[in-house]
Order: sequence, then structure tokens, then C-alpha cells
Amino acid sequence: MTTNHTTTPGPAVLPIPAAAARIGTVAGSVVALAGTFLAWTWTDEFPGDLTVTGYPGGLQVLTLIAAALTLLLTLSGYGIRGLGWLTPGGTNSPVRLLALGTLGTTGYTIGAIAYDLGGAVNLEPGAWVSGIGALIATVAALGLPGDQPLDRTETTAWQRFRNSLGAPQAPRAKALPSWAEILIIVAAFGIGLYVFAYGIDTDYTELFIGFLITVGFAFTALHRAGLVSRLTALTAKHRNITLTAALVAAVCFPFTQQKEEYALIGANILIFGTVALGLNVVVGLAGLLDLGYVAFLGVGAYAAALVSGSTMSAIGVEFPFWAAVLTGAGASLVFGVLIGAPTLRLRGDYLAIVTLGFGEIFRLTVNNLNGNSGPDLTNGSQGIPSIPDLNFFGFDFGLKHNILGFDLGRSANYYLLMLVFTAVVVLVFRRSGESRIGRAWVAIREDETAATAMGINAFRLKLLAFALGATLAGLAGTVQAHVNYTVTPEQYQFAGSVPPNSAFLLAAVILGGMGTLSGPLVGAALLYLIPAKLQFMQDYQLFLFGIALILLMRLRPEGLVADRRKQLEFHENDQPGVPEPRQSEETGTGIAKAGA
Amino acid sequence: MTALLEVEDLRVAYGKIEAVKGISFTVEAGQVVTLIGTNGAGKTTTLRTLSGLLKPAGGRIVFDGKPLNDVPAHKVVSLGLAHSPEGRHIFPRLTITENLQLGAYLRNDKAGIEKDIQRAYDLFPILGERRKQAAGTLSGGEQQMLAMGRALMCRPKLLMLDEPSMGLSPIMMQKIMQTIVELKAQGTTILLVEQNAQAALSLADQGHVMEVGKIVLSGTGPDLLHDESVRKAYLGED
Repeated sequence: MTTNHTTTPGPAVLPIPAAAARIGTVAGSVVALAGTFLAWTWTDEFPGDLTVTGYPGGLQVLTLIAAALTLLLTLSGYGIRGLGWLTPGGTNSPVRLLALGTLGTTGYTIGAIAYDLGGAVNLEPGAWVSGIGALIATVAALGLPGDQPLDRTETTAWQRFRNSLGAPQAPRAKALPSWAEILIIVAAFGIGLYVFAYGIDTDYTELFIGFLITVGFAFTALHRAGLVSRLTALTAKHRNITLTAALVAAVCFPFTQQKEEYALIGANILIFGTVALGLNVVVGLAGLLDLGYVAFLGVGAYAAALVSGSTMSAIGVEFPFWAAVLTGAGASLVFGVLIGAPTLRLRGDYLAIVTLGFGEIFRLTVNNLNGNSGPDLTNGSQGIPSIPDLNFFGFDFGLKHNILGFDLGRSANYYLLMLVFTAVVVLVFRRSGESRIGRAWVAIREDETAATAMGINAFRLKLLAFALGATLAGLAGTVQAHVNYTVTPEQYQFAGSVPPNSAFLLAAVILGGMGTLSGPLVGAALLYLIPAKLQFMQDYQLFLFGIALILLMRLRPEGLVADRRKQLEFHENDQPGVPEPRQSEETGTGIAKAGA
Repeated sequence: MTALLEVEDLRVAYGKIEAVKGISFTVEAGQVVTLIGTNGAGKTTTLRTLSGLLKPAGGRIVFDGKPLNDVPAHKVVSLGLAHSPEGRHIFPRLTITENLQLGAYLRNDKAGIEKDIQRAYDLFPILGERRKQAAGTLSGGEQQMLAMGRALMCRPKLLMLDEPSMGLSPIMMQKIMQTIVELKAQGTTILLVEQNAQAALSLADQGHVMEVGKIVLSGTGPDLLHDESVRKAYLGED
């Protein structure tokens, strides 16, 4: 039994007999896998030490993983009992993607070694073994039949190639006992945490790029194989367990990081993600384009800094942290209402312009309140430095603590504190999104006139969304002030090199998926991690970022995590709204699943 | 007895252009009243003014004993005046159930809302079958059903329907008209704006013919249906 679900397979890209193609893919991936155990270069000048024969290291590990996954999914294509669950959707397209991923990672590594060390002569045979293996696997995988039919008769090679990477949706999964489903969710989050921690841990650029290539291809492959949608279905079924598992995984994160700087990346991602989620209330749910959102983060941070007891604070009081949080959130709320009340009567573009202006006004104002151009409140461009570390009942956030045998440094402490805030924002977002108010927000976004005709007070609800979003950003700001030691006006620009700023926040929401819970968090993680890891891109950051956004709008306008409602907007033609009936193959997978 | 809705010398203007030039009519509780007329006669403008989406330039609107002139649109609904707007204006990306729930936005009785949603499904079985589907995937006629069902969700004292038959196939139109008859039998008061004069007049208690912002002819439904000038102008007879 081949677990190929399409009744009429599409054309292969290369004219190779299917059986030979499958054997070739297996052989190629085995060779690529074996090659990772050999030395790839003779000197350890290339980071990661690829000189050892016997076990893989550095970038070799990535090739190993990609090759192993290719092998596994190809074997699943043979219909081997117990592997069928791997490919409920497409069978051959994930193999193709993974083979390409293997080739990409290996090819990149070979290129990087040759470039870094000055010539291909520095490569040892192991690299060639893996490279040729990956090439064979890729060529052979291109000979495998497509997973979806191509309805046009005359097609170009490019069209055939693109079609060969697509796959039909996986049929609905058979229900497992709930403990098994929960176990799967937990395992998925465990893997997710491991992959994320691995990505943050990559300590040289080459490894991070290799990581991106591998993860990108592997994730797309799993998506095509139908595993992602299976998992999404499970998480949708067990939402509270999913949230708990996500929280536990997030709590575990600092325990995986021994380096202070990486824990700090984690804390900053969390701040960025939380603020993006707050913005998602405004943009994603209520549909109000706010281009000056980072100002509310700034208001919260400045308010917290002023009452933090910093010697440079103009006020010079020291509130306990809970009071500082209330002050920060309250100040943001007030600003949110003050800005929102007059501007929310505007629609669409006008609102965007006004909020853009407000964001800049905030930055300029705190820059000018330095005693020369105005009253001395914010110390001008100096900002408010030396914000003391928090201290909860003798737990000093600035010090290293040993918890359960793990050393948690300053950043890890703040990471965990921030996580509490993130959890609060997640709860607020979820509750409000599902409530009557959330529905009203969506109604206003869709059709304000009709919403009014339903008795919805559009202005009041928009103001509520705006104020709520501002408050959430203010909350995050109070922690941010302490994490960064200092608040300066430059942190709160429209577009700067360090996220979060208004442009990046909006990008995180759009990239991740508007109106979704996990989207902005995923988007924020990517948008923070990639520039932080690829320092050489720094000068071109905004340029590359613009290109990335354009590509995203072209290829996946609904964002990485698609909202059910948005999906409909962008793919109206290919979403009938009714799950397609699946015929006899269903039982086939059922059996394969039972065998798993 | 005073009428449920009294409109007196209502004037509405878009800038300097007066679209409704002083019209008066009443709607008694339990009646179906229809406004017919050609494009640009001011029918839709009248409805939009009644529901607060437009501000009247002059005249008086009294609904259920309360003046409506300065009531904002979102409050009009709470007084019991529901508007199913022209062009349906359903929320395309929300599910049918969510659309209906939004119709009951101002209500707080969960059990009652559930019951009324069920009632909408009984009235329009197709909506019940597709309750989890996004409203944008419905056909035009089904969307019209949804718009009517949604307007009914606030348990209105008066239901205003703006061109419910617009752009529908003859069969679908017949269905919609049947539903209006059904609603009337259940005692719903309806103010119906239609271009399809034949259909509207045959089920209306009262009819008013509008031309360029004025009511030029009023009478009972059957009377107007047999009126020669109406037949000539709107029913296409020589």
C-alpha cells in the first residue's frame, strides 16, 4: 500500500521511473547521512570543528537531521507499517522539499567552508560524499510523481516543479485517546522548544544560516506532509492544554541557556512578542492601523523608570514594582484614551497618519524635556539610566540564582518575570477575542456601517481596543525599562535597527498572522532572532526586511499562522468552507495509523 | 391609537442636494407598509435616516412614542427598530452563527438568543445547515436570508427591509417574499422598500409611491396594485 492519497498523481519533474526514483532518494539520503560522520575539512579554523571522522559536529548535524528526515519520509512513501502517520497529506512533495533542504544545507556548508578557508581545496572527502548524496537524493526525488494533479496539459518545467512541491490537505485524523493526543502536543512543544533553543544557541553565523535553511525546508515539508495541520487540529481541540504546554515550554527555556546573552535574547523576544500581541488587539481584531504603537511601550517604560528609584529620575521616588506596573499601565491607558478619543473618529489611512505622528511626537517630547527646551522630566536624549534591578522579597533580579541545579542569571530572571506578563496578555487577548466584544471588533473591521446597524457603538468599542492595546504595551514597558537598565528616546522610533519599534511591531503582527494568538509571538521571535544572529546584515536590515514583507504579501498574505477569517479573505476561491469528503483512502490511513 | 412609526414632513439632504423633500407616512403595529419607486426616488435614503445612519434636515420621526431625530444609529436598534440594509451588508468572514449573534449584540439573555437563532434556522433552513460556514460563501439569496435573520435577532418592533429582492433569481425572490408573508402572519411589523412593485404591493397593507424625494401616491396595497398610473409606471403595462 502506498500512502499516496491523490487518485491521479501529477507529473514528475524529471522523467525517471517512480520505483528507481524512490530507490535513488533512499540511496542518496543514506549516502548524505553517512557522509556527515566523515571529516569535511582538514582544519578547525572553520567554526564547529568539522575535522572529526566518527561523529558529526556543527553544520554536519543539520545535514544529518535533514538527510535522516528525507530517508524517513521516503520510507514512509514505501508504505512501511508504522511510518504511514508521517505523511497523511502529501507523500512525495515533503520528500522533495527535504531533499532540497539537505542539498541546501550541505551545499551552503561546502560553500561556506570553501569561502571561509579560501578555496574548495580545503574540503575533505566527507563533504563531497554528503554533497553528492544530497544531489542524488534531490535529483531522484524530482523523479517521484507529484502529489496533486496538474490540470493544464502544456506546462513548463517551472510549473511542474512548483506543482510538485504542493500537496493536498490531509484527511481528518482518526481520534486518538485524549491522553495520546495530549502526549503528542507535549512532544511537539518539546521539539519546538529544542529547535528554538538550538537556534538561539547557534554561536556562529554559518550555523545559524544552516539552521534557518534546514528548519525552513523541514517545516514546509512537514506542512506538506499534513503533520502541521494534524497538530493544529489537536491544539484546537485541547486549547487549554496547549496553552499550558506552551507556558511550560516557555518556562523551561532559560534552563536550556547557559549564556547570559542568549537568555537576554529570550527576554527581549518575549517583550517584543508581548507588545506585538497587544498591537494585535488593535490591528488584528479591531482593524485599526496604529503606526505609533511603540510610543505606548515608551510611556510605560518611562513611567516605570521615573518611579524606579533611579538616581537620574527627575521624580526620585521608589515605588514597589507592583505600583510601578500600575503606574506604567495607567499612564499608557491615559495616553491611549487621550490619543484615541479625537483620532478614532477618523477612518483607515487618516488614523494611520495621525498615530504615526503621535509616535514621533512622543519621541521628540521626551527628547526635549531635558531642562533646556522644557521642564526637566526625562533627561532628554540621555534618557533615564541606572534603573535599579528589581528585588522581590529578597530575590534580587540582578544576581545569579541557582534553581534546581541550574544557574539562572539576570536575563533569565527577567525573562521569567516577563513571561508572567506575556501570560496575562495572552489571556486578555484570548478572552477578549472570543467574547461578545471581540466579535463586535471583528464586525467593525469588516463593515462599520452594518456593525452600527446592529447597535454596536463603533466609536466606543474602537476606543476600548485602542486603550486596551495601549495598556498592554505599557505593562510590557515597565519590565523593559528594568531589563535594559535605561530608557532613552531612541528606543521608541518608528523604524530603528533594534526591535521593538512601530514598524517591526506591525511587521511581526502581519508576518505572524493578524488576529491570531500565536502569530505575533512567532513573528516577533523571527524578526528579533534573525537580525540578532546575522550581524552582518545590520546595514541592510530595513532593505531586506522590506523585500521579505513584499515576498510575504505575494506568497502568503495571511501570515505564517493563518486566521480562519483572514484565510477566507485571501483565498476565497480555494476554500469552499466545507471539508472535502474523502473517500476510501481514509480507511487506508486509519489502518496505517493504527499500526503506528 | 397612535401609530408605531410616524414620519412627518421628513427632509434629508446630501450637502445641498435634497434627496427626500418632505414626506409623511405612518406605520401601524402589525402592518406591512411598502415604499416603492424608481432608482433615486429617495427610498433608501428614507430608511437610512430612520435608522440613524443619516441625519434628517427637517421634519419629525416618532417611533414608539419617542422622537428619533437625534438618536445615534447604534441606539436606534435598542429602541426596537431593525434595519436590513440594501446590499445585505452581512459580515462575510464571520460564520452564519456569528452573524446572527451580532444581530443580538444588544441583548443579554443567552437562552433567548439561542432560541432566536434556532428560530432563524427554522425560518431559513439553509442557514441552519451551513451555520459554521463563513457568510461570504453563501449565495446572494442566502445572504439576503441571513441579513433578514440577523435583523430579526434584536426582536424588533419594526423591521425595515431595504430591497430584499435585489439581484436575486426569480425563485429566490419568491422565497424571500414568502418569508415576508410568513413574518407578517407572525405579527411582525415591516417597512419594506422595493423596486419590485408587483411583489411588494401584493403583500402590503399600505403602499406609498415615491418619486424624486416625494410621496406622489398612497393607498392600500391592492388599491395601488390596481391603480392605472402605478401599473403604467411600475408594472410595465401600457
